[in-house]
Amino acid sequence: MTDEDATAVQAPKPFLEVRDLRIHFPTDDGLVRSVDGLSFSLERGRTLGIVGESGSGKSVTSLGLLGLHNRKNARVSGEIWLDGQEIVGSSADQVRRMRGRKMSMIFQDPLSSMHPFYTIGAQIIEAYRLHNDVSKQVARKHAIDMLDRVGIPQPDRRVDDYPHQFSGGMRQRAMIAMALSCDPELLIADEPTTALDVTVQAQILDLIRDLQQEFNSAVIIITHDLGVVAELSDDILVMYGGRCVEYGDVEEIFHSPEHPYTWGLLGSMPRLDRDRSERLLPIKGSPPSLINVPQGCAFSPRCAYAELNQGRSETERPELREISPGHRVACHLDREDRRRLWDEEVRPKL
Amino acid sequence: MVNFLIRRLLAAIALLIIVSMVTFAIFFLVPRLTGASSADLASRYVGKSAGPQAIHEVEIRLGLNRPVVVQYWNFVKGIIVGAHYDFGPSKVYCAPPCFGYSFINQTPVWPDLLDRLPVTLSLAAGAAVIWLVFGVTTGVISALKRGSAVDRASMGVALAGVSLPIFFTGLLSLAIFRDNLQWFPGAGTYVGFTQNPATWAANLVLPWVTLAFMQGALYARLTRAGMLETMGEDYIRTARAKGLPERVVITRHALRATLTPVLTIFGIDLGTLLGGAVLTEGTFSLPGLGKFAIDSINNNDLPRVLGVVMIGAFFIVLANLVVDILYAVIDPRVRLS
Amino acid sequence: MAAVGAALALALAACGGTGGSTSSSGGNGKFNEGITSVVNASTKTGGTLRIGNAVEWDSTDPADTYYGWSWDFIRLYGRALTMFKTVPGQAGLQLVPDLAQNLGEHSADFKTWTYKLKQGVKYEDGTPVRAQDVKYDVERTLDKNTFPDGPTYFGDFLDTKGYSSPYKDKTPGKLGLKAIETPDDNTIVFHLKKPFAGFDYFAMLPATIPVPQAKDTGTNYKLHPVSTGPYKFESYTPGKQLNMVRNTNWDPSTDPNRKQLPDRIQVQIGVNADDLDNRLIAGSADMDIQGLGLGAAAAAKVQSNANLKKNADSAATARLDYVAISSSVPPFDNVHCRKAVEYATDKQAMQTAYGGPLSGGDVATHLMMPLIPGNQDINPYPSGADNHGDVAKAKQELQACNKPNGFNTIISARTERPKEINAALALQQGLKKVGINAEIKKYPTGDYFKLYAGNPEYVKKNGLGLIMMSWGADWPEGFGYLQQIVDSRVIRSAGNTNLGVKDPAVDQLIDKATVTADTTARGALWAQIDAKVMDDAYIVPFLDEKHLLYRPPSAKNVYVNQGLNGYYDYAQLGVK
Repeated sequence: MTDEDATAVQAPKPFLEVRDLRIHFPTDDGLVRSVDGLSFSLERGRTLGIVGESGSGKSVTSLGLLGLHNRKNARVSGEIWLDGQEIVGSSADQVRRMRGRKMSMIFQDPLSSMHPFYTIGAQIIEAYRLHNDVSKQVARKHAIDMLDRVGIPQPDRRVDDYPHQFSGGMRQRAMIAMALSCDPELLIADEPTTALDVTVQAQILDLIRDLQQEFNSAVIIITHDLGVVAELSDDILVMYGGRCVEYGDVEEIFHSPEHPYTWGLLGSMPRLDRDRSERLLPIKGSPPSLINVPQGCAFSPRCAYAELNQGRSETERPELREISPGHRVACHLDREDRRRLWDEEVRPKL
Repeated sequence: MVNFLIRRLLAAIALLIIVSMVTFAIFFLVPRLTGASSADLASRYVGKSAGPQAIHEVEIRLGLNRPVVVQYWNFVKGIIVGAHYDFGPSKVYCAPPCFGYSFINQTPVWPDLLDRLPVTLSLAAGAAVIWLVFGVTTGVISALKRGSAVDRASMGVALAGVSLPIFFTGLLSLAIFRDNLQWFPGAGTYVGFTQNPATWAANLVLPWVTLAFMQGALYARLTRAGMLETMGEDYIRTARAKGLPERVVITRHALRATLTPVLTIFGIDLGTLLGGAVLTEGTFSLPGLGKFAIDSINNNDLPRVLGVVMIGAFFIVLANLVVDILYAVIDPRVRLS
Repeated sequence: MAAVGAALALALAACGGTGGSTSSSGGNGKFNEGITSVVNASTKTGGTLRIGNAVEWDSTDPADTYYGWSWDFIRLYGRALTMFKTVPGQAGLQLVPDLAQNLGEHSADFKTWTYKLKQGVKYEDGTPVRAQDVKYDVERTLDKNTFPDGPTYFGDFLDTKGYSSPYKDKTPGKLGLKAIETPDDNTIVFHLKKPFAGFDYFAMLPATIPVPQAKDTGTNYKLHPVSTGPYKFESYTPGKQLNMVRNTNWDPSTDPNRKQLPDRIQVQIGVNADDLDNRLIAGSADMDIQGLGLGAAAAAKVQSNANLKKNADSAATARLDYVAISSSVPPFDNVHCRKAVEYATDKQAMQTAYGGPLSGGDVATHLMMPLIPGNQDINPYPSGADNHGDVAKAKQELQACNKPNGFNTIISARTERPKEINAALALQQGLKKVGINAEIKKYPTGDYFKLYAGNPEYVKKNGLGLIMMSWGADWPEGFGYLQQIVDSRVIRSAGNTNLGVKDPAVDQLIDKATVTADTTARGALWAQIDAKVMDDAYIVPFLDEKHLLYRPPSAKNVYVNQGLNGYYDYAQLGVK
């Protein structure tokens, strides 16, 4: 180990710092590089939105942050520092103790993510008592409080209901109550509103925002829907093919995005002020296989502007470069070209 | 819940009545439809060289010349109020529940069924405990150590258990453990529990283990598959995300969900076994209901066959009922829908 | 199934080699020694005789049983008027008095038979046996409603005048049957409606075992028949177990034919047949009551192991496996077509189907076998050097039958009898060689005679030309063996065992035999009947059955009693 490496291993300042995270799965067909060199950081009280199509590696990332990958099937490398503790190199038991208390997660589909045989209350109490040495009565009271806090009516009664007795929105609230029951410092929400209808979506997002302010947690929202992060996030990380292709604060990403993939995502964002027929500009093609990632830019086969740089996109992988403070992009196109394309071609169509 | 119970109970009773009708029809109506006369049926109850006169007498005595509906009604009536039979020097009263009278063995069916029941009960209960414990444990371990040597070895053994017929493994176990090693010298003979509990158990070890080997193999595979599926469920990930230790995740969350379908099959298997473990009882010379059924079929002893079918159906229906209720207790989704 | 059986045989054979079962390979007998002499002769008393029974009794009641092994076993607790001599070899075919002082005295017309009972024979409770009790049991056998299983010889021959049951008998003592007289307590006189010279054989049947009327419980009597033999019932649970203990009121001085060696006799009922074979070989059982011989797996093991084989006997039986040819089904109405089948049959293949020479039997060329008195070895239809069938002769007969290219027909066999079905397949193959194409149809064993093969109307309607059949003598003598399968006058509308032998000449010969007192002359007549039926070609005999019996060294005083159709004699067994 060189001295340089030694300094790199020192605990960094930010609350959450991810450095060069790689999560690979060996399979019979080859190595699946679900996450391949991801770095970002996050402070308490702030919200990061990780956006990408399905298969881009965002969910794998979130499970990696919680240390939930089975070490037998997954090769995880890089560093994840959470409040001074490194997760990737820690023992399974150390990470387990952090889960639920230090960091917790709201899952995509609350019905399948809750155990069908146990009451909502029991599932909250189980988590709470695991991390807090309290009696059942106290834990139950806490569970009722939590349900109350996430806006479930008659929580003292509903605490004894089973997940299937809740409506979708209520279930997601309960899920949030469960995730927040131990006052986690990092909250990861994986597609928290996908299964919900639009009005409930808004309520849930409001709830997450309110609770974040109350608890001062760091929040990561994982979604394929830029609309969700627009409302909630401070920063946005756009993932494609297991890598970050663009990173910046929400203003930058929405107003001067520089990666063609981000443009595509913006184009496919449903917007209420547009007519349905012209509103969606889907990205052509399908996400890359994570087994045989193209040599060059992973997005180039789908990129409408790849030919503008004389084939460089096919041969060379673009580095993530800072183009303005806090705004990073991985694209071979000239900055001028990108700005021109955004202003003249892409934006008018949105 | 009470409503649910009443509904299930009524359905079970209705099912039993239907089974009795169908069985009765198979034995007494179908032969007629295929052209057998009531004298043909009666000829089964007389000896090798009886003349037509004797056959005719039997036909009348057994009421075989009556309409099948009347015969069925008499059968049902016998179950409820008993029946009188006129044989030999004295009249025979078949007390309720009178499940008919074996004219070949000259005994009422019900006491014989009761006499055979403890044997089958002993066999089924002992084997069930063994196969449930070993099958489920093996299945869980296999699933958790998927792909390991332990997994492959136990699934190999399980495949053998599922595919080897019991009359093979049974005879082999007798040859080895009784005849060669002489560990269980009494195996192949049934001694009642009340007679001598130690001998009862010692003599039943081989049939228990053999039957459990076959059934347990099935349960190991079933549990393993269920466990693998459950371990991939979202709520297991949630449980882990809460920070639960793996042991708790497996026992409280995964196993409970896995065992629900296993329990269903267990209930039905046990019910079926209580109706008679035909092959095991035959192989180990156990005078239980299964052996009784086979002997009765071989002897063309229809009243006994009818009785044993009814008792088998009763146990299966009962097991189903118990499973339904247990299921509702375990899985709240069933209770309310 | 076959593959599993073979694997099992191998596995069990392997087990046998690994010690532990050394007890089974002991003993000083030789192969087939039990046929000619008493093996492990012993007069020591004590011990428990452990008998296994793979099936159930039809009944233990002397009025209600028809299994050969049951007739053998019943002598342990019941004494009839006569019995077969309890010695090995041909002498065992001889009848000797049992309850009676002498064999029966008959009137000149063979219609009246008188027996005098021995003095001092007692029941297990010490009360003396009376001639009236013998009569009472015969009366009971007439009641086919209560006792359906026993043979009907008495009902057929006694002049019953409509007497149907002692239970409907209003006369005091219920001894109203006029055809039997009991002038005093020691004398019984039978009046027959037709002459019968072989009545001493009837007197050997369990029907003449005395039953005290006061102890008769009708259908429940089988649970505790009152013993006159050396053993009495201690406990009996049908389908499970029978335990017998010494009968202290049995007096050996009145009974030279039985022994009372073991203290107890224990019969476990419903033992798995293959397991019973293993128990015999392992020495944990002393006797298989059914006496049908070892199953395929065990037979293979015993035949290949000299140490085991010396404890085995390949015992001849009075059972013949044959193919009955239905003369009512064309073209078998033509004798030449029947003869074509006689010649074409591959008897060797059919013998193999039954287990080969040791556990199957000898190839049969005619109806009678050496066990039947008067037997003449004839071979009217030689089926080639290896008994594989004589194709040339068969084709000649087909020519004579105007079916030079063969014909189609149907073979019937019993579903539950794999050996019979395999034999039917071998028959089918053999017939194919001469152009006779036979289809095999399987029927349930229980209804084979009542509904199908024994039902002439069914046979004719469905064209069952060739019927697989197996017939065991009730006792080894012409009448007890042949009458039921060759006398055309016994053919009824259903339940027949004569499947089509209709020859007035045969019927006449039978009538003549039934009134011939001299056993040699009578035997010669039955041999004539045999030859005549063969000449008519109604029957294709293919196997004189032999059973590969196993006598564990633990069983003493073992021999095959020929009079009992080749069973070990259970009334002589010991275990010390």
